[in-house]
Amino acid sequence: MTRTPLRPLARILEARAKGENPDAIERENTRARHEEMRDGARARAEGRLLVLGVMFFCAYAVIGVRMGLMANSDPVEPRAAASAARIVAQRADITDRRGRVLATNIETHSLYAHPQQMIEPERVAEALVKIFPDLEFKRLTKDFTGKRKFVWIKKKISPEQKQAVFDIGDPGLLFGPREMRLYPNGKLAAHVLGGYSFGKEGVDAAEVIGVAGVERVFDDFLRDPAEEGKPLQLSLDLTVQAAAEQVLFGGMKLMNAKGAASVLMDVQTGEVLSVVSLPDFDPNDRPRPPTEGAPDDSPLFNRAVQGVYELGSTFKIFTAAQAMELGLVNPSTVIDIRGPLKWGKHRIRDFHNYGKELSVTDIIVKSSNIGTARLAQMVGAKRQQEFLGALGLLEKAPVEIIEARGSTPLLPPNWSEISTMTISYGHGISVSPMHLAAAYATVANGGTRVVPTLLKQAGPQYGERVMSRQVAAAAREMLRKVVTDGTASFGEVPGYAVGGKTGSADKPKPRGGYYKDKVIATFASVFPAHDPKYVLVVTLDEPETLALGEVRRTAGWTAVPVAAEMINRVAPLLGLRPQVEPGQLAGITLTSSN
Amino acid sequence: MTEMVYGAVPVREGEPVLPKWWRTVDKWTLSCVLILFGIGLLLGLAASVPLAEKNGFGAFHYVTRQAVFGGAALIAMLITSMMSPDLVRRLAVLGFLAAFIALMGLPFFGTDFGKGAVRWYSLGFASIQPSEFLKPGFIVVAAWMMAASQEINGPPGKSLSLVLAAIIVLLLALQPDFGQASLILFGWGVMYFVAGAPMLLLAGLAGMVVLAGTFAYNSSEHFARRIDGFLNPEVDPRTQLGFAENAIREGGFFGVGIGEGQVKWSLPDAHTDFIIAVAAEEYGLVLVLCIIALYAIVVVRSMLRLIRERDPFIRLAGTGLAAMFGVQAMINMGVAVRLLPAKGMTLPFVSYGGSSLIAGGIAVGMLLAFTRVRPQGGIDEIFRGRGR
Repeated sequence: MTRTPLRPLARILEARAKGENPDAIERENTRARHEEMRDGARARAEGRLLVLGVMFFCAYAVIGVRMGLMANSDPVEPRAAASAARIVAQRADITDRRGRVLATNIETHSLYAHPQQMIEPERVAEALVKIFPDLEFKRLTKDFTGKRKFVWIKKKISPEQKQAVFDIGDPGLLFGPREMRLYPNGKLAAHVLGGYSFGKEGVDAAEVIGVAGVERVFDDFLRDPAEEGKPLQLSLDLTVQAAAEQVLFGGMKLMNAKGAASVLMDVQTGEVLSVVSLPDFDPNDRPRPPTEGAPDDSPLFNRAVQGVYELGSTFKIFTAAQAMELGLVNPSTVIDIRGPLKWGKHRIRDFHNYGKELSVTDIIVKSSNIGTARLAQMVGAKRQQEFLGALGLLEKAPVEIIEARGSTPLLPPNWSEISTMTISYGHGISVSPMHLAAAYATVANGGTRVVPTLLKQAGPQYGERVMSRQVAAAAREMLRKVVTDGTASFGEVPGYAVGGKTGSADKPKPRGGYYKDKVIATFASVFPAHDPKYVLVVTLDEPETLALGEVRRTAGWTAVPVAAEMINRVAPLLGLRPQVEPGQLAGITLTSSN
Repeated sequence: MTEMVYGAVPVREGEPVLPKWWRTVDKWTLSCVLILFGIGLLLGLAASVPLAEKNGFGAFHYVTRQAVFGGAALIAMLITSMMSPDLVRRLAVLGFLAAFIALMGLPFFGTDFGKGAVRWYSLGFASIQPSEFLKPGFIVVAAWMMAASQEINGPPGKSLSLVLAAIIVLLLALQPDFGQASLILFGWGVMYFVAGAPMLLLAGLAGMVVLAGTFAYNSSEHFARRIDGFLNPEVDPRTQLGFAENAIREGGFFGVGIGEGQVKWSLPDAHTDFIIAVAAEEYGLVLVLCIIALYAIVVVRSMLRLIRERDPFIRLAGTGLAAMFGVQAMINMGVAVRLLPAKGMTLPFVSYGGSSLIAGGIAVGMLLAFTRVRPQGGIDEIFRGRGR
């Protein structure tokens, strides 16, 4: 037990000494202390009560102000038409190089229900099923009569449907304004544009987000309010794209191919004027990604960019150009092409026997694998790798659609001498048609690197020099000769001096080895050959045609005629004048009057 | 002689009870409470109709009940407010004991009405929620203990009352009823603050709360999501909060018109927790500001009157009752305007509910009894030269 001292001790001791009772003194002291304590407590409590009162008052004031602010703002739910005006074009348009619209927005409505406010749920469900046959009556009735307070019915409805729903006349059916993306040209340039979907959804608006193509790559730009809806201008030309798609589709059907791709590129600027991949889809109703089967059979697959293929003999021109660039050969140097060329257990053969020796030009014109392999042996693995790298063939195509990120070229794991020899004629390396077009553009523009782009450029690119002007000119001459005298004789288009190189590569089996009867037929062309403006790459997947009593699969019989027809259609649209030699002015004598 | 002292009220021997009551009671608070009750009935005419229709009663079934319970509550309030503070204390302590026993008996005899929390005793025609009656009783008991601790050689009342509060909070949390538990804690905290909590402790507690909140936010995903949802300015219009917010916006300054509101059809708690949204939608900001002002007047006026009080018990008990009354209204309205995270709490005297009405009547009656003008012993002190 703690002992409390007697207080005030001095007076108590004094009182004890006098023999008086000290209790009274202590009680008196206790009372005084108690009063002092109470006064202290009261003073403190006064202050704190004041603080409490002020705090309560402030808290109520804050609630009142907040109520006022909320009462002063508009309701979230669209009860009146006025709120529709707040949703202006959120997402910028996409146009072609001449400003024609490729993607834009339209205002539409979503349909939702407040079942608790519904008067006749059964009748509403019945009427809705009549308007939207894809809805289920049972499901709707269950939703409308249950405890749910909010039911989405349709994300997008047309004005006619809206009017029909409005005519049902039930207060439980409500509309929310929606902005949706519209691709007015349907399937045109579908793979470039990609598609959209709704992101975060509210009652009065929904985010429109890009899911593929340029819509996805430029999503931030298109949605940036700071850009004030400035359209995204692509390098595509709508008319050219339409013609190219039409021709390629016809060609694919005629040649019984299962797929096709084409890339048309400006050789100076790297602008892609048209890029087609067939089969295609409608971005307004983008199909779901396939869950089974090979992904490259899906219409969503972009063969021009995502598809990496062994593009075969089209690569030969690079080998020839590099050999010339290094000064190892000139166009008329004669190379021994006796075959088969043995390398270890490998044998390299030609499609036909071209005799004992050919000049470099003739190797390209006749497309001799052995001759090209010999050139590659002279060049060597390291230098070949550097050269192909400088052409941009060893990395992903830097083109601005999201699918390009999947376009990594397939390269040999070990760049051995045999790899060097097969790569020289386009086997053992897989790139996309977009890669090939950019590399041909380098040959066509006089030897500078070209980076493919889908955005409209202000002027020509001046990339790093890959080969000299003279070598590029010599290579172009060879390409021209392939059309005039060689494998691509069907590629001649009067007035446009087409030059190009064919390539027919056996398709690899998924489990190794090659199919005997399935090829990828490619024609990479430049036109006009004397001063090339454009590069066109046409690729057909598994073409097969009957000509002169034989089944033909090689590019010269399949891809080349399709490309020629495409150039025939597209060149005038691009504003190229055909250079036709004037015919004989028969029977007319020019005379002078004096 | 006594008339010479400002603020002192003469004690008249043998004065009848009613005139004395009328002379000394805080008429402002009394009027505010009566007006609030009237507003509650008015709003009930709109807000409780959907519930009555759903449960198959006549349209104004709940309004009638509210009026009956309200009448009982007002009578309880008047009778309580006529008692002397000592009598209030004695009865409140007895009432507290009864309510405490009833609270402990809940798990055995209570019912949950299918709502998942056992909070009620069913009496057939009505139900009783013991925790509503426990609140004012607890305030008085805790105030008594704290006041006793201010005596020299008195009991350690502050610690004892904290232990009591902890036990009650535990019992309430088991139901679970975190709303009432937090009110009990808050009431105790306010009284402890006024009874002289050390500043250092208060600062330390504030720091601990911030630390604990940060820790909980960083470590508990559930907690973080709730806070994020609360801080997010966008609210899903399909939730209760979304409906309430929309209703306030629809109402604007003058409301959409009596009986024209829509929110009462969408909100299951329109007649209790979200009655302020109904008020805002049908009568607009005007009525809402009136309601806020009424609560503010009751609380602030009671506090100001208690500043002059010299008896520690009366001061503490009055503070606790006023604070609890005020904070309950504050939380209810704060939730509706999204200043506070969602928490079910009724609006005293306005929301529908028998137990809460009668218990509220008793509590405000006590508050009125404590804030009545009475001699403060100031004259003695002046004579002894210690007055102010």
